[in-house]
Amino acid sequence: MFTIEILGKTYNSAAVFGQLLIGLINGSFYAMLSLGVAVIFGMLRIANFAHGAQYMLGAFVAWALLNLPELFPGSGLPSIGYWPSLILAPVIVGVVGMATERIFIRRVYDLDHAYGFLLTIGLAMMVEGLLHVRFGSAGLPYGTPKEFQGTFNLGFMFLPYYRAWVIVASIIICFGTWLLIERTRLGAYLRAATENPELVQAFGIDVPRMLMLTYALGVALAGLAGVMAAPIYQVSPQMGQNLIIIVFAVVVIGGMGSILGSIVSGFLLGLIEGLTKVVYPPGSTTVIFVFMALILLARPQGLMGRT
Amino acid sequence: MSGKPSSTPAWLASPRARELAYLVGLAAAGALLPLVVYPTLAMKILYFGLFACAYNLLFGYLGLLAFGHAAFFGLASYVCAHLVTVVGLTPELGILAGTAAAAALGAVIGWLAIKRTGLYFAMITLALAQVVYFYLVQAPWSMGEDGIQTGPRGKLFGVISLADNTSMYVVTLVIFLAGFAIVNRAVNSPFGEVLTAIRDNEPRAVSLGYDTRRFKLLAFTLSAAISGLAGATKAIVLQLANLGDVHFSMSGEVLLAVLIGGIGTALGPIVGAAVLMTMFDALAKTGAWVQAIQGALFVGFVLLLRSGVVGTLSGLFARKTR
Repeated sequence: MFTIEILGKTYNSAAVFGQLLIGLINGSFYAMLSLGVAVIFGMLRIANFAHGAQYMLGAFVAWALLNLPELFPGSGLPSIGYWPSLILAPVIVGVVGMATERIFIRRVYDLDHAYGFLLTIGLAMMVEGLLHVRFGSAGLPYGTPKEFQGTFNLGFMFLPYYRAWVIVASIIICFGTWLLIERTRLGAYLRAATENPELVQAFGIDVPRMLMLTYALGVALAGLAGVMAAPIYQVSPQMGQNLIIIVFAVVVIGGMGSILGSIVSGFLLGLIEGLTKVVYPPGSTTVIFVFMALILLARPQGLMGRT
Repeated sequence: MSGKPSSTPAWLASPRARELAYLVGLAAAGALLPLVVYPTLAMKILYFGLFACAYNLLFGYLGLLAFGHAAFFGLASYVCAHLVTVVGLTPELGILAGTAAAAALGAVIGWLAIKRTGLYFAMITLALAQVVYFYLVQAPWSMGEDGIQTGPRGKLFGVISLADNTSMYVVTLVIFLAGFAIVNRAVNSPFGEVLTAIRDNEPRAVSLGYDTRRFKLLAFTLSAAISGLAGATKAIVLQLANLGDVHFSMSGEVLLAVLIGGIGTALGPIVGAAVLMTMFDALAKTGAWVQAIQGALFVGFVLLLRSGVVGTLSGLFARKTR
């Protein structure tokens, strides 16, 4: 083992790399979540504060699928494990998102932005409150899938297989979504619909339906992140509450509506947070917000935002 | 955001007369309030009503959706409780110090936040308020999860004991009326006219030669200071400052109070605060239901009753008398 010097102080390299790795894992979740917020904001101009609740919903659906026999005794329903949940839960959460857009979100498109924000705050509180009533606030356990039980020995720390998988999967998900929106025909329609909805509609494209599907896509991404989080963090109604505030800060840093910006700043801020845990532990809870303030002073449109 | 009611009796036509009428009416209502609800709830309605009025100054009249006012309310609560407990300041000095701290914090956060508008503004205020929250979670003087218990309420000016609820109530009512008068004066002054002009069309206000950044910063600082006045009063009334005061859900609650009452109305925030505090009190035992109901209120008022209770009523009244 060797030592590393940061700002004139020396640190054990194992501690530094360990925290950076944890930062990378947290950053994977920041990136996946801020990506969804950026997609929704970019296309719908809605600041989706319900994103944290939708992430929590993904984890809850995965937990419920696993515990179907206990939740509905006598119904003969099977227990559905991690791998099917990875597809099923985001689909279920996405469908809920579609209904949410139809029933609620659609009504505030033409109003001041403030109302979309307030509406999604209300929706998040309702969902979190109701699940709290039903399941309590204590975390529900969700086991690591058996394929991922075990650890890599990296020399400076043990990395559980599952966490390595989270890092890899989130990079694939982020890159895939970026490709979908920036490099495909569907994505081109979406971007065009944001620029000039009337014109796109005139070309015979159903813009309201596209907005609904975009919202569903963003929400499904949150649900997917929730399933991936279930084995790492405890499944509880509040699990998305503090996270959503960090995610909003990440989106502001990346440049609101910039998809690549949200991905890059998600991973970057996870790493910065990890590094802060080594250098100045009490600052680790606030470093992202302070960083956001600094970015706004130097570059108000965000790292990759356009004005 | 609703406009002013279009028809009022002639004697209420001038803003000055209306301000005075509001004050007299609120003083009378304040005197009667303890007959309807128990003293602690009455005091909660007053300090939270003041907090909502301060928030409304920013959201209702300047049109800026701030989402971090818990920082001002909470910091003032902590500063007041700390100085009263550890330094032994009298309650009024504690409240003044808390208010000053909130004003200073408001000047700093406001200076940063007004660089952007709209949703960016909301997120910046939210993020900076989280910094204050986590600072108070960790700072040694704020006593972590326990919060600061101030013990006895002490003596106002070192003379009048606030131990009994009647004198405490009178003091709270006076603070509330003073704070309300300040906010209302600001809103109805030329300064307030410029604020609404910025809300409705900022580029135009700039082209008329107004330094809109200065107006925004001033309004933000004033709003933060009055929020602090409410928070510091809370610390004296409940003899406690805790993390609930700075938590972001407090920022949501004050927003909800203004939304329920009527954004940009003079009396709406007070009505909203009364509704919300009474509801919290009635539902205190049901735990998690409170959060779900609060969420439903947000959704319901945004979709169905955007002008709030007072805005809708005054709209109906104006139509009837036309």
